[in-house]
Amino acid sequence: MNLWLKRIRPDSNALSQNLIILIMTLVLTVTILLPLGELAIKAVSNPDGQFIGLANFAKYFSTPALVTSLWNSIKVSSITTVIAVTLGFGFAFALERSAIRGKSFFRAVGLLPLFAPSMLHGLALIYLFGNQGLISTGFFGRFPEVRIDLYGPIGIIMSEVLYTFPQAFLMLSVALMSSDYRLYEAAETLGASKWRKFWTVTIPGTKFAILSSIFVCFVMSFTDFGAPKVVGGQYNVLATDLFKQVIGQQNMQMGAAVGVLLLIPAVLSFVIDRIAQRKQNGFLSAKSSPYRIEANKLRDGMLFLLCLVLSVAILCIILVAIYGSLVKVWPYNLEISLSNYDFSNFASQGSNPFVNSLVISLCTAVIGTIVTFLFAYLIEKSRGYRILRASAYLLSMLPLALPGLVLGLVYVFFFNNPNQPLNGLYGTIWIVIICNIVHFYSVSFLTMTSSLKKLDSEFEAASESMNVPWYRTLLRVTVPMSFPAILEIALYFFINSMVTVSAIIFLYTPDLKPASVAIVNMEDSGDIAPAAAMSVLIILTNLIVRVVVMGVTKPLRRRTEALLVRKQL
Amino acid sequence: MNQGYLSVRNLSKRFGKQAALQEIELDINKHEFICLLGPSGCGKTTLLRIIAGLEKADQGQLTIAGRDITREPAGKRNFGMMFQSYALFPNLTVAENIAYGLSNRLSKSQIADRVDELLGLVELDEQRNKVPSQLSGGQQQRVALARALALSPDCLLLDEPLSALDAKVRIKLRREILRLHEKFGMTTIMVTHDQEEALTMADRIVVMNQARIIQIGTPKEVYEKPNCPFVADFIGAISFIETEKQESALLAIRPEHVQLVRGDQDKSNRAIVRDYEYHGAYYRVLVQLLDSQDHPMQQFVTIDLPSQTMANFNVKKNQKLMFNLPPEHVIRFDSTASIAVG
Repeated sequence: MNLWLKRIRPDSNALSQNLIILIMTLVLTVTILLPLGELAIKAVSNPDGQFIGLANFAKYFSTPALVTSLWNSIKVSSITTVIAVTLGFGFAFALERSAIRGKSFFRAVGLLPLFAPSMLHGLALIYLFGNQGLISTGFFGRFPEVRIDLYGPIGIIMSEVLYTFPQAFLMLSVALMSSDYRLYEAAETLGASKWRKFWTVTIPGTKFAILSSIFVCFVMSFTDFGAPKVVGGQYNVLATDLFKQVIGQQNMQMGAAVGVLLLIPAVLSFVIDRIAQRKQNGFLSAKSSPYRIEANKLRDGMLFLLCLVLSVAILCIILVAIYGSLVKVWPYNLEISLSNYDFSNFASQGSNPFVNSLVISLCTAVIGTIVTFLFAYLIEKSRGYRILRASAYLLSMLPLALPGLVLGLVYVFFFNNPNQPLNGLYGTIWIVIICNIVHFYSVSFLTMTSSLKKLDSEFEAASESMNVPWYRTLLRVTVPMSFPAILEIALYFFINSMVTVSAIIFLYTPDLKPASVAIVNMEDSGDIAPAAAMSVLIILTNLIVRVVVMGVTKPLRRRTEALLVRKQL
Repeated sequence: MNQGYLSVRNLSKRFGKQAALQEIELDINKHEFICLLGPSGCGKTTLLRIIAGLEKADQGQLTIAGRDITREPAGKRNFGMMFQSYALFPNLTVAENIAYGLSNRLSKSQIADRVDELLGLVELDEQRNKVPSQLSGGQQQRVALARALALSPDCLLLDEPLSALDAKVRIKLRREILRLHEKFGMTTIMVTHDQEEALTMADRIVVMNQARIIQIGTPKEVYEKPNCPFVADFIGAISFIETEKQESALLAIRPEHVQLVRGDQDKSNRAIVRDYEYHGAYYRVLVQLLDSQDHPMQQFVTIDLPSQTMANFNVKKNQKLMFNLPPEHVIRFDSTASIAVG
């Protein structure tokens, strides 16, 4: 036999892989676990670092102004949740369970707000309902005036509904998409009416998604900073309190206490979502048959109207923001110009915030995607350190329960500490990038993991038995086969880094201010138009990046999907 | 027994609380074709993966030609492994898949020659530039086989290689695997849950159940002389008869060995036909035994009858008939403990 074939290289497989697993666990611990621990410690200690139990919380609850903002937060978030989930359900139901026309248009419009910073909604609302707003002034006196009390709960709720609606819509449409039609057929043969079917099949089938979306919407608006900052007026909520405590008064301990309060619903939501995921899995089997839409003119007509109204509202918001950004001096000089897009007048110090944001988002997308892919790969596909990988998986889920505001806060606590070896990161662009990666890591990690699960679990064993190093198979097979998912998470990282403000508002450096923070600052100093211009620039960039990237890679994605051999077993 | 070419000593493996393998002792000779046979969950695949080095044993020793390879990583054992799912790389062509383990070991032209040779062997020359999703199941299986053979392995390990194929393709590929086994003169270990596959292909069969090896023997041995009711029942069809004469003894007979007889012979067993199935070449008849007063007992025997015999004896439902159990074909078990098949 060919003896020369049996020349064998030293085994580097296990060693290198185990080393990376160790590094991965260390990275996750330093970027997620330890900062959270810091929050817990700060919340129960005084400025000198002594343990004082729940005194910070007691102080919080004995300060009437702070308690008021807690109640305000709960009130605003609850109303937002009810409206957003109801509208989201209607919208999702129309797209998944009715025969209306223009579904792809409605879907695109429904998801549009995801590409915009949450401040954009607030700014557009100011252009519509503010003191000099289009609607408030009846289109500058052409129609009767319609004035609402925008600055306060009404404005916040309107803005938050726009912000949370796409999330509710997305989650519910996934749930409504995956139904088992056999249950409807069974109900039909048993003589159930349409209403009975809706309440006994549709609702139970989607109840976990409804529950999850309720919690997600609540947490999103409970912890959102952008909307209350722009249209909140004198109406204080928890998120703005936190900002004032930490940035305004440098009261870290009280800030930590507020952070813990913000964390409570988020953690609850996380737990509920995990349970829901597990239960929902058992609901569908491979034998389930897809939903068939029956003709029903009345239902379709009503749902079409709903979709139309919502889509027009969303488009109006975005168009008004664009219009506002183009008008020279609202409302006195309605001439169209690009003068508001010249940010040199407003963002006086440092470099162009828009360019900063592009750099930050690109770095976040590239580094975040590599890290996420590698971690998901090691956790899903490697075989060493079983316990370490299980804990790395748990740590990877943890950021799901971390609102951006809390994440930014714990990063200040953890990294802005002279005794901390990683203190050098604080005040650089890297802390912003790391924070963004962690902020959007969990969702990307889940996307990547479910894509990796679709690949044959024996690839690694096969290459091991052929004595091919794991990283060669990773680069030659796993990466090309995961290309569509890699692209998806890269876009997710980029788009979210462009729009996010909550976490990085604590961390940015003045000379490298990101665009989303610039929007907040400009709005703060009354420069509404440039703030709108910046928002428009962000949403346009996101849309262009997504359309171009998806368009250019379409043939490649198609080809990769065609390669996937149907699992034989 | 002398230590074999590949030898497994006192091997155990647990997954959590579940014992996957317990005290496995196995010796395999060079050039032998071994089938690991057993119901699903019996530990056969785990044993194969431990031999391959893809799984670590909790205890025990593994040697090949006297060399201890228990701790040796999979890549260094020079074993070719073929996976149940084939694990063909979906984005690589047939030729690239086969060449996968060769790069870094051979020069480019050597690799090209080797790939050509293997493609010829598995008759896939024309498919060389296709990707796996463009191939049929049988073709994919042959690519996987060629890939496993590419490194001229000392041992070829096959994990249920035929289970994903249709019956016809399966039989063709059985012969193909045997042909390559003989051509390369390898030692081959194949996992299967299909007793027919094991009987037709193996030099020796290792029957496993509940994490243990139950019997090792040639196909003829395990079929004709099973060492326990489990093996008897798992491989081929068999009827068990509890005797009243000898306490706690269990007799068993294969359906094709039962002889129908005419007339009223004292020694014959009497039975009544309960059901029969047509199998093409023969009928499989289920009869219920009758006691001396012609009352039916809770004892059933399966008899295979050629169509001709069926007609000669005019076998119909509820008809009485008599049969003999030729002593040379009766299998005797001492204990009635484990008839159950997992």
